[in-house]
Amino acid sequence: MLGFLKRPVVVTADINLNVVALTAVGLLSRLWQLAYPRAVVFDEVYYGQYISFYMKRIFFLDGSGPPFGHMLLALGGYLGGFDGNFLWNRIGAEYSSNVPVWSLRLLPALTGALSVPMAYQILLELGFSHCAAMGAALLMLIENALITQSRLMLLESVLIFFNLLAVLSYLKFSNSQKQRPFSLSWWFWLMLTGVACSCAVGVKYVGVFTYLLVLAVASVHAWHLIGDRTLSHGGLARITQGQPLEVAYGSQVTLKNVFGKPVPCWLHSHQSTYPMIYENGRGSSHQQQVTCYPFKDVNNWWIVKDPGRHQLVVGSPPRPVRHGDVVQLVHGMTTRFLNTHDVAAPLSPHSQEVSCYVDYNISMPSQNLWRLDIVNRESDADVWKTILSEVRLVHVNTSVALKLSGAHLPDWGFRQLEVVGEKVSRGYHESMVWNVEEHRYGKSQEQKERELELHSPAQMDVSRNLSFMARFLELQWRMLTVKSDGSEHKYSSSPLDWVTLDTSIAYWLHPRTSAQIHLLGNVVIWASASLATVVYALLFLWYLLRRRRSIRDLPEDSWLRWVLAGALCAGGWAVNYLPFFMMEKTLFLYHYLPALTFQILLLPAVLQHISDHLCRSPPLRSLFSALVVAWYSCACHVFITLRPLTYGDKSLSPSELKALRWKDSWDILIRKY
Amino acid sequence: LLWDETHFGKMGSYYINRTFFFDVHPPLGKMLIGLAGYLSGYDGTFLFQKPGDKYEHHNYMGMRGFCAFLGSLLVPFAYLIVLELSKSLPAALLTAALLTFDTGCLTLSQYILLDPILMFFIMAAMLSMVKYNSCANRPFSAPWWFWLSLTGINLAGALGVKFVGLFIILQVGWNTISDLWHLLGDLSLSVVTVGKHLTARILCLIVLPLTLYTATYAVHFRVLNKSGPGDGFFSSAFQARLSGNNLHNASIPEHLAYGSVITVKNLRMAIGYLHSHRHLYPEGIGARQQQVNINACFFLADPLDPSFPVEFVRHGDIIRLEHKETSRNLHSHYHEAPLTRKHYQVTGYGINGTGDSNDFWRIEVVNRRFGNRIRVLRSRIRLIHLVTGCVLGSSGKVLPKWGWEQLEVTCTPYLKETLNSIWNVEDHINPKLPNISLDVLQPSFPEILLESHMVMIRGNNGLKPKDNEFTSKPWHWPINYQGLRFSGINDTDFRVYLLGNPVSALCAAWGPGLSQVLLQGGGQLLLGWMLHYFPFFLMGRILYFHHYFPAMLFSSMLTGILWDTLLRLCAWSLASSSLARGVYVVGLLSLLLGTAYSFYLFHPLAYGMVGPLAQDPRSPMAGLKWLESWDF
Repeated sequence: MLGFLKRPVVVTADINLNVVALTAVGLLSRLWQLAYPRAVVFDEVYYGQYISFYMKRIFFLDGSGPPFGHMLLALGGYLGGFDGNFLWNRIGAEYSSNVPVWSLRLLPALTGALSVPMAYQILLELGFSHCAAMGAALLMLIENALITQSRLMLLESVLIFFNLLAVLSYLKFSNSQKQRPFSLSWWFWLMLTGVACSCAVGVKYVGVFTYLLVLAVASVHAWHLIGDRTLSHGGLARITQGQPLEVAYGSQVTLKNVFGKPVPCWLHSHQSTYPMIYENGRGSSHQQQVTCYPFKDVNNWWIVKDPGRHQLVVGSPPRPVRHGDVVQLVHGMTTRFLNTHDVAAPLSPHSQEVSCYVDYNISMPSQNLWRLDIVNRESDADVWKTILSEVRLVHVNTSVALKLSGAHLPDWGFRQLEVVGEKVSRGYHESMVWNVEEHRYGKSQEQKERELELHSPAQMDVSRNLSFMARFLELQWRMLTVKSDGSEHKYSSSPLDWVTLDTSIAYWLHPRTSAQIHLLGNVVIWASASLATVVYALLFLWYLLRRRRSIRDLPEDSWLRWVLAGALCAGGWAVNYLPFFMMEKTLFLYHYLPALTFQILLLPAVLQHISDHLCRSPPLRSLFSALVVAWYSCACHVFITLRPLTYGDKSLSPSELKALRWKDSWDILIRKY
Repeated sequence: LLWDETHFGKMGSYYINRTFFFDVHPPLGKMLIGLAGYLSGYDGTFLFQKPGDKYEHHNYMGMRGFCAFLGSLLVPFAYLIVLELSKSLPAALLTAALLTFDTGCLTLSQYILLDPILMFFIMAAMLSMVKYNSCANRPFSAPWWFWLSLTGINLAGALGVKFVGLFIILQVGWNTISDLWHLLGDLSLSVVTVGKHLTARILCLIVLPLTLYTATYAVHFRVLNKSGPGDGFFSSAFQARLSGNNLHNASIPEHLAYGSVITVKNLRMAIGYLHSHRHLYPEGIGARQQQVNINACFFLADPLDPSFPVEFVRHGDIIRLEHKETSRNLHSHYHEAPLTRKHYQVTGYGINGTGDSNDFWRIEVVNRRFGNRIRVLRSRIRLIHLVTGCVLGSSGKVLPKWGWEQLEVTCTPYLKETLNSIWNVEDHINPKLPNISLDVLQPSFPEILLESHMVMIRGNNGLKPKDNEFTSKPWHWPINYQGLRFSGINDTDFRVYLLGNPVSALCAAWGPGLSQVLLQGGGQLLLGWMLHYFPFFLMGRILYFHHYFPAMLFSSMLTGILWDTLLRLCAWSLASSSLARGVYVVGLLSLLLGTAYSFYLFHPLAYGMVGPLAQDPRSPMAGLKWLESWDF
């Protein structure tokens, strides 16, 4: 009992100092002088109002977005002891002493800071080098617009955080899929993906686009998984159906014909028997009919029985049925055994009749033993698996296989399809192959209970959830496309202005000096991120066309990595940007920030790709690295130049401000003395 | 005279009379109508005023006959397309019958409308694309080239009639891309061959249509050289081209100088000149000063002492604008504008040119290609109020009665560059300056082309449904929920009602849902149907039932193939082979007879009817009002 005392308790920890350092500088850049300015900055005037309502527990109705984000902000107020008493009426108004500015702004700042190490992690999980990953994080670190937006009571940085978290945890999940599916960490990351997606949608409705993107990537992966025949443990059946994977003695199954012509159908039996004499004068066994039926029906259920035992339930532990085992198949509703004998089948006289055995005591013994032959087995010890295994059932006494003849029975057989026994020696045909489609471990020995059990559905009924989902999506869509009055705003802009940073927003101006906060991006990062997207698109197209001509420039794994990086980063940019062209509400530069984040992630990926695959000689590669370093110092320089406008801590002279006005469309406020 | 014939017939007449007009659709369709009228001896004198007018002695049959001819060609085209795609004669026959007996298609192609011409080009493009696809095994042969270039020509035609033609271009584009993708994957072809394929397609499907499309515009502008009702939609420089316009062959001083008398025109508003009159803004609306709205009138650029030498106005100058009639200055101040509350009010202020500091404006040239001087017609200028920093613009809203329902002029504090706040100088009088002929200022052809497209797109976007106005919804169309009244409301009128054949609609409603026919060429048609139908759900403009008809053609063809396949399947799964044929034939015949009978029932809708409305048992349509929403 106390065995664990005999060994020392050992904790091994892998600490990636890169991540620690990145988190530290991220926190530093976002939290530094967080409570400054002690005045209402731009949209804080709206969000503050909501926070006050939460603090005072007054119900309010607002069309601007879902409540989760507002509640998160209000949590900051709650922790800081805010009583909600502040009149949010004007941008620039000084906060009174009861407003805990620091704790109100803490949450957006924290999420903004954590986005930096997360960018690092994402690039690593995408399979890029530590160097590229560091690059991505460092770019996030010095992006002025991201810093400005996350240092205030605004929700964009929270949204970006959850977007990145969703992507990161999906990547973690999909990478652990390759190594250890269904492990604890696999489940954890899968759950976290879902949680992050729902949080992102809860913060702002535009989060739904990232969710759709992750969903799309996941379904493509799942599609590959289905096609992945090497999937030894068959994750598929569990993922898609929620049914037990391995067929055991006592399993209740429906058997679907693989050939499925003229129609897909399931092995079926019912109370009616074969007519004593057919129309053409031939006789039958007059036993219970076995057919193939093209609709779902309770009579399609069969129980796999061990010939040596009596019970019809799955033991504990379940004993799986393997290739070569001899089994009996019991029809669930009538408890009769699947049987075949040397009697001509009703429509195909050269084959044997298949019936469910009825003992008429006429010296016709039951011949109900079938040998399982898994056609697509990998080894002779393979287990019979739901959906995946394609099996033949070979009759032990007569060596015939259960086969769908394709003929329609006449009226006495309710026009269902004929099932016969065909000599195995006549060769292999798909119409002899069956697979288990629905499967559950039988629990009830009693016939009455079993009938109840058979009537209950084997799979989770998802249709109800789906219709709820559909309504939910519709609601979301309505909220997204809700028509605002299209009011103009001095700083409103169109999506076309965003890519080129042809717009800016004045957030706050010091009441006396010309210290100000201005939403402006780091021009170098902004431009090179767009350039990287274009380069990515061109290279991708180039490789795609070359691959079509069977010219493989990239090894397969780096091609896949390249595609995945594009799908998530360029795709993330597109889904977070393009929908704004269809929205009719007033748009601002900060709406572009989530899209920009994804573009920034793509940038180091493209750089690394160029360095690895396009710079062929070492000197060229060193030259390229030098260029990258120079370019990054350039970005740093821009960051430092624009820093006074980002933090608003330093008052610049009018001439300095004029010098910062690099574009005519930047409305930097210049005080006239 | 029925429904939109008032528009398109009139536009045909304009071509014959060579007067300039403006329409939201590209010119090819109307040009063809005009040509047909011209060839058949119509003299262009009929007025086309309101639906229900009699043509009397005017020779209109040529135009109607032309449309009807193109409309009737749809049937053989559909037949050929289906035959080519499905290789099944019964399917093709069924399609042809569905189209022949479709009352809606019939109604639409009987009159002088753009739709038969549009549908003709769409189907012709589809047919030549299908034909060219089946030539794919003999690339670069004569038929291959023929069908490929014919596809291009028809694409140009479709786009030249209505912008809806874009959808068929998308379809052909998709087909071409997938085609090229296959060729690229075929490693037995060399890269050079693939390159040849690509070049051939670029030539025939991009260069050729674009050339033809541009050519139609060239003809359009060449033919229409007289001033007409469309002048005002276009810029002043454009109007100088048109004979009869007061800018044509006019000679005015080229550059603006102080002391000039000018009119100023807004670039966005169709016929908007800066205007003022003696009436004051009413009580309670800003300051009680003289109204300034959009309409035609004169302004005077700051008159200095007449003895001064001529000084030109330059970009960035501070000027004052004085209204010539009333001698008040263009003025703005921190009062809210009458309708757009966030903008400032613009008024006329002062007596005999003496005002206050709020009368000063800075003039800026937006396109400074022509230097810093302000050139008549060509320079785009902005007027920025010096004190408030706002921009003179128009909100486009119509003032109430007190403002004579003219358009509101405001000063917007938002310095966004929109057409609303850009103006140009049109008339210009300055005795001190030498006059030049306006011909020098005439825009080049690419500029005209671009401008007319901008105007058309703006016009199309302007066709927004007003609130509470009933409009046809795209989901109404496939189920024939509601028709469109072509003419006549009362029981004594001659009435024509656009409604699809209900039985064919019933058959067709199945069509797109089932995908079993995809393997047999239905995929192309399904794509066509989707491309011609779903974009309408996203369109903000006002929609009518007849917009569905291009999609209807595709769904009819799909229906033909679908029922053929379905009947085959049914017949062979239900019965033995001897009976199967019987079942199949009976099914086909019953479908044919069903549509034919329903055509017989509903044909008065298309050919026109007189008599009481359908509620009345004496009406020719008694008992046929199957849906409450059919109002015939």
